[in-house]
Amino acid sequence: MNWIQVGNLEDIPRQGSRVVKTATGEIALFRSVDDQVFALNNRCPHKGGPLSQGIVHGKRVTCPLHSWVIDLESGEAISPDIGCAHRLEVRVAHGELFLEAEAGVCKA
Amino acid sequence: MEQKKKRLVVVGNGMAGIRTIEELLKMSADEFNITVFGAEPQPNYNRILLSPVLSGEMPFQDTVLNDWSWYEENHITLHTGKTVTKIDRMRCTVETDDGIVVPYDRLLIATGSNPIMLPVPGIDLPGVIGYRSIADVEQMLAAAQPGKRAVVIGGGLLGLEAANGLSLRGMQVSVVHLCEWPMERQLDKVGGGLLKEALEKRGLKFYLSRQTDAILGETAVTGLRFKDGEEIAADLVVMSAGIRPNIALAKSAGIHCERGIMVSDTMQTYDPKIYSVGECVQHRGQTYGLVAPLFEQAKVAANHLAQYGRMRYEGSSVSTKLKVTGIDLFSAGDFNPVAGDDELLLQDAARGVYKKLVLRDNKLRGAVMYGDTVDGPWYFQMMRDGTDVSEMREHLLFGQMHLGDSGHGAKAGVMDMPDTAEICGCNGVCKGTIVNTIIDKKLFTLDEVRAHTKASASCGSCTGLVEAILANTVGGDYSAKPSKKPICGCTEYAHQDMHKTIRERSLKTIPEVMKALEWKTEDGCHVCRPALNYYLLAAWPGEYVDDSRSRFINERVHANIQKDGTYSVIPRIWGGVTSPAQLRAIAEIAERHEVPTVHITGGQRIGLYGITKENLPKMWAELVEAGFVSGHAYGKSLRTVKTCVGSEWCRFGTQDSTGLGIKVEQMTWGSWTPHKFKIAVSGCPRNCAEATIKDFGIVCVDSGYEIHVGGNGGVKVRVTDFLCKVSSEAEVLEYCGAFMQLYREDAHYLDRTAPWIERVGLPFVKRHIVDDAEGRAELYARFLKSQQYSQDDPWKERAEGKEAHEFTALATIV
Ligand code: SRM
Ligand SMILES: Cc1cc2nc3c(=O)[nH]c(=O)nc-3n(C[C@H](O)[C@H](O)[C@H](O)COP(=O)(O)OP(=O)(O)OC[C@H]3O[C@@H](n4cnc5c(N)ncnc54)[C@H](O)[C@@H]3O)c2cc1C
Ligand code: SF4
Ligand code: FES
Repeated sequence: MNWIQVGNLEDIPRQGSRVVKTATGEIALFRSVDDQVFALNNRCPHKGGPLSQGIVHGKRVTCPLHSWVIDLESGEAISPDIGCAHRLEVRVAHGELFLEAEAGVCKA
Repeated sequence: MEQKKKRLVVVGNGMAGIRTIEELLKMSADEFNITVFGAEPQPNYNRILLSPVLSGEMPFQDTVLNDWSWYEENHITLHTGKTVTKIDRMRCTVETDDGIVVPYDRLLIATGSNPIMLPVPGIDLPGVIGYRSIADVEQMLAAAQPGKRAVVIGGGLLGLEAANGLSLRGMQVSVVHLCEWPMERQLDKVGGGLLKEALEKRGLKFYLSRQTDAILGETAVTGLRFKDGEEIAADLVVMSAGIRPNIALAKSAGIHCERGIMVSDTMQTYDPKIYSVGECVQHRGQTYGLVAPLFEQAKVAANHLAQYGRMRYEGSSVSTKLKVTGIDLFSAGDFNPVAGDDELLLQDAARGVYKKLVLRDNKLRGAVMYGDTVDGPWYFQMMRDGTDVSEMREHLLFGQMHLGDSGHGAKAGVMDMPDTAEICGCNGVCKGTIVNTIIDKKLFTLDEVRAHTKASASCGSCTGLVEAILANTVGGDYSAKPSKKPICGCTEYAHQDMHKTIRERSLKTIPEVMKALEWKTEDGCHVCRPALNYYLLAAWPGEYVDDSRSRFINERVHANIQKDGTYSVIPRIWGGVTSPAQLRAIAEIAERHEVPTVHITGGQRIGLYGITKENLPKMWAELVEAGFVSGHAYGKSLRTVKTCVGSEWCRFGTQDSTGLGIKVEQMTWGSWTPHKFKIAVSGCPRNCAEATIKDFGIVCVDSGYEIHVGGNGGVKVRVTDFLCKVSSEAEVLEYCGAFMQLYREDAHYLDRTAPWIERVGLPFVKRHIVDDAEGRAELYARFLKSQQYSQDDPWKERAEGKEAHEFTALATIV
């Protein structure tokens, strides 16, 4: 697996999110209240809402458009909604953030 | 099979006739083949609501009680636009004007009544209209051009409703009345005087103690002459001098009539096959002109038609409310004391409240209330029950809330009422029935309660009470048990608890609240965090540091997210007043940024749509440069202050509504509120700024400023309640700030002022804002203090680099 450095943990606010732009679309990086980092496609499985703009709580994010709640660990929508925002691998090492280079697949 | 069914024919497709059928269908759905004749072309509609149709507050469609499909579904043959002209009691048939003949086994006459047309010269002129049907309303509307003159003859309930409606349509309206004060049959002299004054302020003109001698005009009405010789001009004359039971048909068939069709306690006429209900009947010497007794009659008639034969109608006592928005009036029973009676009086000129209770032998005999009618149903109930009131005599006038714990606002009162208390006067529905139906049928919405019980389905004036019962029944016992609905799944705490708990326990941050109140999740969710953020902000102005991570995206980036992830930008345009320079600046910025859509918003401003997030700070920098600040079109905060042009330009303007609006906006902008908050200022009662559907509305009048609160448009339109009148701009500002602060400190997060006021009751608001000058001043001071910390333009801050991470990508990978 190839890793690309995309920035530092400090760049993402706690309970917040930042976006990494790629040739194939945007990836949203989330930082939970306990400093874990997750990466999902920045497109809600419902109608493509930008998940990076949602409210982050626990290990979940609420989509800003119609309030679907997405699980950050799996990328899956919380029931009763069904859909997946395709999770990507992300690593934190010495405060630096690394993102997997290939396009993500759903790892639920 | 079909042959065996009995045939029921109903003459009169109105409120009493059709209600009888509804009651009958409930008891035995297929006993009869039913045929209905109605002289009007419409299906059965709610006559009571003609006044809102006349005033433009409701479309006719909303008044229809049973539409065409109802008749079909219940296999009822309906002939509309057909008048029955003959009853042949030998052959048992009825016949219409165009020759339809239908046989009956049972006949129900429900022909209602007709307006009395005074026998004066000119009564037949075009432009002289009675007030009874939708056709009459349509005729009035056709004549009702703004500025033209209408004269209403008769200052009773209907006359005043007609006058008010025509006045709201922009006509100059005069009311001619025989007596010294309006509604003399429901109000005593003082109450009548207050009503007259209030209506005069709305632009009605009264000619009291006057008698009409002739209606003038050659080919159409042009005026009116009184007995004393004075003449006044009129383009339209509405006759509202009383009603007369419509008995012509019954009489011609030889059915015994006096003033009305004579019926027994089983609603039978002297011909045992023929029943009669409604305004056309006379029972034990009484005729009625309100729906409540008619609906009782309908129940009895249906019971006998279905051959249960158990019920008797024994007459009704009635209470009256006037359906003129913003005027609260209630009257019941015998309110003119005779020797030996006691009279209790409460008069509060400042608040425009008047109450009179008449007692005989320690029992309530009558009540007149003006300005504050919350306790009307309570008095009426005690009157009918013959309750001995000697124990509560001292407090009686102050209402039910003063008898016990007064801390719960008007709505707890409902739950203290006995199950037998009548809530909906029109349909005779008691509290117990409503509560039981809600529980049995698991109802959750007002519409469901209306559908199942009919409570508040007629004139609607008890809607607040029904909603309170619903809220209290569904949400558990509001006053006793803490079984309130939690904010969300993260906590057991309800919104009710938050304002108080946060202040009392001095909780200052979201994690502190969550810890102290045993939140079940680590950091809450998208429902509770924005709520807590708001409560803390309201509790600790200047001290609490706003948590942007607990803000919905729109409030976090100070722009409104669109469906494609771009944003809208709406700068503040103070009081809706702009200038060529401002317009040019906006135009240039829009052009430079290639803004795809420029829209004039519903809030008198200009919206720029389709801006990408990265571009927001740049655009704001340019807008700030040109002198604009954020319009907060995205926030649970002060939105717009709409104004009309007012006295500066308008020929009707009474005050400088535009200038006042700008002052109000400059004082209130930037304030965070539980839900969005909108204000408007209209320069006269024509109300072009739509102030009466705003959270805080100001309507300028000659003598000052009317203050209206708790309105909103949107999903469920609610017209404001009239709060009070003040005489200076300074007072408007003080009342406005104080009201906003009360709302900020008391309402639940995401409650707009409309549901909030319906929950806490208008008297609660009046107590804090109108009656308590000291409390008001304190609220106002707290509002101004919190404003010191909220009027930094968020756009300027972000254009200068605040929260820059919100607007830039972390990295770009190619
Ligand atoms: C922009 C505007 C439409 C326009 O282009 O004319 C608008 C746009 C939206 N309205 Fe509105 N409303 C706009 C005037 C109104 C009005 C008219 C008025 O203010 O006189 C009303 C009815 C009056 C009222 O609020 O009582 C109105 C009643 C609503 C409601 C229903 C509120 C209710 O209590 O039932 C919502 C839904 C909500 O807030 O939950 C809503 C929600 C929205 C939202 C915020 C929906 C959303 O969350 O995305 C729309 C945002 C679009 C955007 O990006 O700007 N909008 N909205 C108007 C902004 C006026 C301004 O200059 O600030
Ligand atoms: C503007 C207005 C406001 C009111 N406000 C209130 C209020 O706030 N509260 C309240 O309690 N009451 C109010 N009322 C009174 C209430 O509407 C009446 O009490 C009620 O409608 C009477 O019902 P009804 O069935 O007896 O007569 P109606 O509803 O008048 O029905 C009689 C029907 O019979 C038809 N008809 C008559 N003769 C024939 C015939 N020969 N053949 C066929 N059809 C015929 C008529 O066309 C009419 O449709 C108001 C009335 C008006 C006009
Ligand atoms: S009415 Fe308001 S909320 Fe609905 S689409 Fe229009 S702007 Fe959006
Ligand atoms: S697009 Fe995310 S909830 Fe609709």
